[in-house]
Amino acid sequence: MYSFTPTEEQQMLLDAVKRYAEGDIRPAAREADEQSELPADLIEKGWELGILQASTPEDYNGFGDYSALTGVLAAEGLAYGDLAASLGVMTPNLFVLPILLAGTEEQKKELIPPVIEMEWKAYTAALIEPKFDFDPLDLQTTAVKKGDSILIDGEKTYVPYATDAEKFLIYANLDGITQAFIVPADAEGLIVGEKQKTLGIHAYPLYSLKLEKVKIPVSQQLGGAEGHPMESIQASWHIGLAALALGVAQAAYDYAIEYAKDREVFGVKVAQKQAIAFMLAEMGTDLEATRLLAWEAAWMLDEGKEGAYKQAFLAYNAAVDMVMMVTDRAVQILGGHGYIREHPVEMWMRNGRGFSTFIGLAMV
Amino acid sequence: MISFEMPKPLVQTSTVVETVAKNMMRPVSRDMDENEHEIPWAYIEFMHTATKALGSSSMAPDETAEKKKEEDPEKKKRPPINYQRLMVMVEMLSWGDAGIYLCTPGGMLGAAAVSAAGTPEQKKRFLSRFTGKEPVFDAMAMTEPQAGSDTSAIRATAVLDEKTNEWILNGEKIFVTAGNKALVDSKGFIVVWASLDLEAGRAGIRSFVIEADTPGCKVTKMEEKMGIRASDTVSIVLQDCRVPYENILGSPTIEKSTKGYKGAMETFDATRPIVAASALGVARAALEFVQEKLAEEGIEIRYGLPRQKMSNLEREVIDMETQLRQAWLLTLKALWMADNKQSNGMVASMSKVKAGKVATVITQKAVELMGPVGYSREFLLEKWFRDAKINDIFEGTGQINLLVVARNILGYRGSQLR
Repeated sequence: MYSFTPTEEQQMLLDAVKRYAEGDIRPAAREADEQSELPADLIEKGWELGILQASTPEDYNGFGDYSALTGVLAAEGLAYGDLAASLGVMTPNLFVLPILLAGTEEQKKELIPPVIEMEWKAYTAALIEPKFDFDPLDLQTTAVKKGDSILIDGEKTYVPYATDAEKFLIYANLDGITQAFIVPADAEGLIVGEKQKTLGIHAYPLYSLKLEKVKIPVSQQLGGAEGHPMESIQASWHIGLAALALGVAQAAYDYAIEYAKDREVFGVKVAQKQAIAFMLAEMGTDLEATRLLAWEAAWMLDEGKEGAYKQAFLAYNAAVDMVMMVTDRAVQILGGHGYIREHPVEMWMRNGRGFSTFIGLAMV
Repeated sequence: MISFEMPKPLVQTSTVVETVAKNMMRPVSRDMDENEHEIPWAYIEFMHTATKALGSSSMAPDETAEKKKEEDPEKKKRPPINYQRLMVMVEMLSWGDAGIYLCTPGGMLGAAAVSAAGTPEQKKRFLSRFTGKEPVFDAMAMTEPQAGSDTSAIRATAVLDEKTNEWILNGEKIFVTAGNKALVDSKGFIVVWASLDLEAGRAGIRSFVIEADTPGCKVTKMEEKMGIRASDTVSIVLQDCRVPYENILGSPTIEKSTKGYKGAMETFDATRPIVAASALGVARAALEFVQEKLAEEGIEIRYGLPRQKMSNLEREVIDMETQLRQAWLLTLKALWMADNKQSNGMVASMSKVKAGKVATVITQKAVELMGPVGYSREFLLEKWFRDAKINDIFEGTGQINLLVVARNILGYRGSQLR
């Protein structure tokens, strides 16, 4: 049977996320963007909502089963507050979820509990490389097996919280195939570079990372000696970003509606002009259509349906265009005011453009 | 719990209807298109027999049967899926051929109006004909030469002759889908929109049932169209056309409010997503054609690539697929809401906006991508390009539906957002 109603448990989580996003994140977002810094207590408060913990089975000291769908619902709710803060709260997902989805039983037991039992700590991942046609399945960073060791060489960028990291999950090209490797922050040859300055998400700390013959034992390959498939990890990237894009777009859409119903022009409200009303109608339509696609993809992943990975990609594909269209129009509807940093829409538009680039920066 | 699992009965419906679409529609599709106004009798007879065998008067949900089921405590309660079933059928039949689909016998738009606003007596009188020996059609006559999307501009009139207790209808209706089949090719009926009092504007508009063979009601023209040529689109002239007093749907008294008019508009909440479903069927046919041709050439669509590395062909096909699914899901949600008696006006119009647009864009892109193959009448793709366009026009143009969506999201009345 079809249904579009979240479970009671999901709804409770969503209510808590909403309170946090609107009550804590949103009021802090502009200042965080201007200062290029996320307050640690803000992130800790979001971490304590237990979104990742609720998606981690009891065997690994969590308190629920992994659900992409619950993750999607929660991520949208977070991003309604602010994208940078959401990425901050969700950073440990980048480390935990690939292990949960593709790690060996041993790796799960050893690596997941320390992350999810404690306060928020910088467990992070390095995927993106500094080239325009970066492709997660065609990495320049290499991993070479040599006896009992693996040597990793290459250059990464957009690595969250690299300076504070406890551990990294580093993606590299092993014999033509992308694989993830668990690397301690103090590994020799791992050099954290400059903080990256980007178009949007100023508050989210991103760094470049150099890997010079970083040596790890073969046991630290995700999935053990046999490695792991990439599909479920990719799907989690896609669906995670789609969910966050929904939150950003919904924020911009709501803001634009409120403004358009308030602002007078030629004796009527701006929203009473078809040129504006039609934009809003298309924004609302594409938002809802994309949300349904993201929900469906997440549901398919949870149910192990055939075609789920592709559907997650389609949802991401839809979200990338939708969030750019919606945030751009929100600025447009506010006109000159939209361009001024007193209003949040210009920030949302800058953040919105990032979704085509952010592969690997979010997972649910 | 959120779920996208298609209910088993719908999976079965889909399989059965696919057989019909493949075997009874596709093989005659080109022929019916080249010979406009020919009637696909084989399909019609088949569908008539099939729906009759199911004990149903039409493909549309049967409200009375629903009620009976509800009253029967013995029967296990299942979530209602009638509108969802209709969606699956209409999408698949339109995948077969959108023009032939519009020739499906049994209650369609006219019956929907009778179901929505009619008394039990009216339902019995008008709807029982669909289960007879011969296939019967109905139609909705709303548009006039000067009144398209703006139905409040309707000038057809209905005046009560108190001596004979009959309504006298006068006026001209155009773009009546299946009007000829309802009035000439079968003993069906049309539902006509007319004004009781032109001064009263929208508040004075009512709908009336006019049965086949009623004197003063005449089909005057059959349109020649860009697409959906198997389906007839006619003009109807009403000249002192008399119908019994009981043929009015809804209350004959004019109140200050436009409640009656709004009630009529609400029937669109169910019919708009159905039109969306038809659009989706055509779009899917076009997309599958492209995918099959590419597969024949050994061209693989690589999902998951960054856009910087996709070929144009991959980008286009992936976008087509994405948009088709988005529109499909909106349509599903609108009809799921209708089945669950939730107010669905906004999502219904959203689905129509999205599906109408997506179907036109997908068919246009498909013809473009397929080059000389797409443009050729050797294949059906160019026909689907022509068929698809109607979905952005009838049952409210894309723009009118956008207006409905906008009013909904802004909480505006018609007077606040014109």
